[in-house]
Amino acid sequence: MVSNKELTFMESLYFPAIIKGMMITISHLFTRKATISYPEVQREFAPVYRGKHVLKRDAKGAENCTACGLCAVACPAEAITMTAAERKKGEEALYREEKYAAVYEINMLRCIFCGLCEEACPKEAIFLTDEIVKTSYEREDFIYGKDKLVESLDKRIDITKRQKKY
Amino acid sequence: MEFALIFKILLITIVFVITLVVAMYSTLAERKVAAFLQDRIGPNRAGPFGLLQPLADGVKFFFKEEIIPTHSNKWLFILGPCLAMLTAGMTSAVLPWGDVINIDGVDYMLQGTDINIGILYIFGVTSIGVYGIMIGGWASNNKFSLLGAIRASSQMISYELAMGLSMIAIVMMSGTLSVREIVEQQDGFNWNIWYQPVGFIIFLICSLAETNRAPFDLPECETELVGGYHTEYSSMKLGFYLFSEYINMFISCGVIAAVYFGGYNFPFMHDLGLSDNAVAILGVVAFFAKIIFGIFFFMWIRWTLPRFRYDQLMKLGWQYLIPLAILNVLITGAVMIFTK
Repeated sequence: MVSNKELTFMESLYFPAIIKGMMITISHLFTRKATISYPEVQREFAPVYRGKHVLKRDAKGAENCTACGLCAVACPAEAITMTAAERKKGEEALYREEKYAAVYEINMLRCIFCGLCEEACPKEAIFLTDEIVKTSYEREDFIYGKDKLVESLDKRIDITKRQKKY
Repeated sequence: MEFALIFKILLITIVFVITLVVAMYSTLAERKVAAFLQDRIGPNRAGPFGLLQPLADGVKFFFKEEIIPTHSNKWLFILGPCLAMLTAGMTSAVLPWGDVINIDGVDYMLQGTDINIGILYIFGVTSIGVYGIMIGGWASNNKFSLLGAIRASSQMISYELAMGLSMIAIVMMSGTLSVREIVEQQDGFNWNIWYQPVGFIIFLICSLAETNRAPFDLPECETELVGGYHTEYSSMKLGFYLFSEYINMFISCGVIAAVYFGGYNFPFMHDLGLSDNAVAILGVVAFFAKIIFGIFFFMWIRWTLPRFRYDQLMKLGWQYLIPLAILNVLITGAVMIFTK
């Protein structure tokens, strides 16, 4: 409802309104601040937080990724590039299937951490973890190759909370 | 050299350094107070509690690139901020920082100089301060800067009138233009604000307008004029403009504290039983406490009130404050005659 009352004389001086406003402002001086002093204090991440990628291995230690390219096609920022290669005779323990990714690069500056690559992968090979990409002053440091993405054999990353339940 | 000369030179240097340091930490205080009033903490990374932040800002300004627009008037472009800084620093010469202190039987005044037209000098210097902004806006060869400079100068000269008129009431009551004598007459708790509350409100509003502080900061607001008169400035020239604004704020609070709040007087100053020198030193501390509260009050107002529109600003200055100030003078005169 619109009220068309004229301002009283005391109201038109605006002093009561200004004083009331200033009281409200000063009360904010004594409230708890909403700032979180990162990096001393860190907020808890959700179990499905999308951070740095990881290329998983299966239980025996062979790489899951078969360089099918579905993640590269799904990526809206065109951040993923790969080069496929054929598995040779003695490498059965290293790679699951005959095709594998010889070169697999994600450009972390282009990546928007949307997780569409994780949804597109048919082999459950790529997942996003809750690690955060480290900062740097050079652009080249942000192109992550297989050395930074494939999980190491001794420190497996737990992604059970991120796997889709069908 | 005589001790008096050494003392004077030392005093002037100390006052100048304190002015610069207070203005420097006002920049930090502005950000911290703004943050605390907005439910966040301000800069706290540069040192403990962000205390080295002004140093970082100063270094930043020195290292930035000096840009002088090609089609600008080069000498006026450089002159603008210099003039703003000059007039900002000149006023601190007549403020009485404390009572006389007695060293070896000789009285030394804690003041730069006690000219007997102190108030007139302050107003004169403030009027020249308008030139700094006008020259900066004109020399930038930029429509937005010119608009900002025009708004700033018209705002400043409009509010100088009401400021002068409210000061006339004080001068009438004190019978002197010298700032020191006005302060001396406000002994103990006998401050001028009890006698001139309306004059104080008018003077406060006009001080906010003179220093281009919100809610009167139309000349330099970012939402309306890009940067106003300091759009084209970079590096230390911009630093001078911003710094001179904080020095002006410090000096305005100093004038308000001296004229209305008793300067270096504090309640029960003669009943504490301390020596005269100790009372003088305590008076300096009291003066600075009043100034710092004044600065906090200016910042408090900035983060409470929205900005005035230009025509509202002019209307307030000419149609409301000047008649009110004249009425204040009339009533003061009438009361003075009837209580004679």
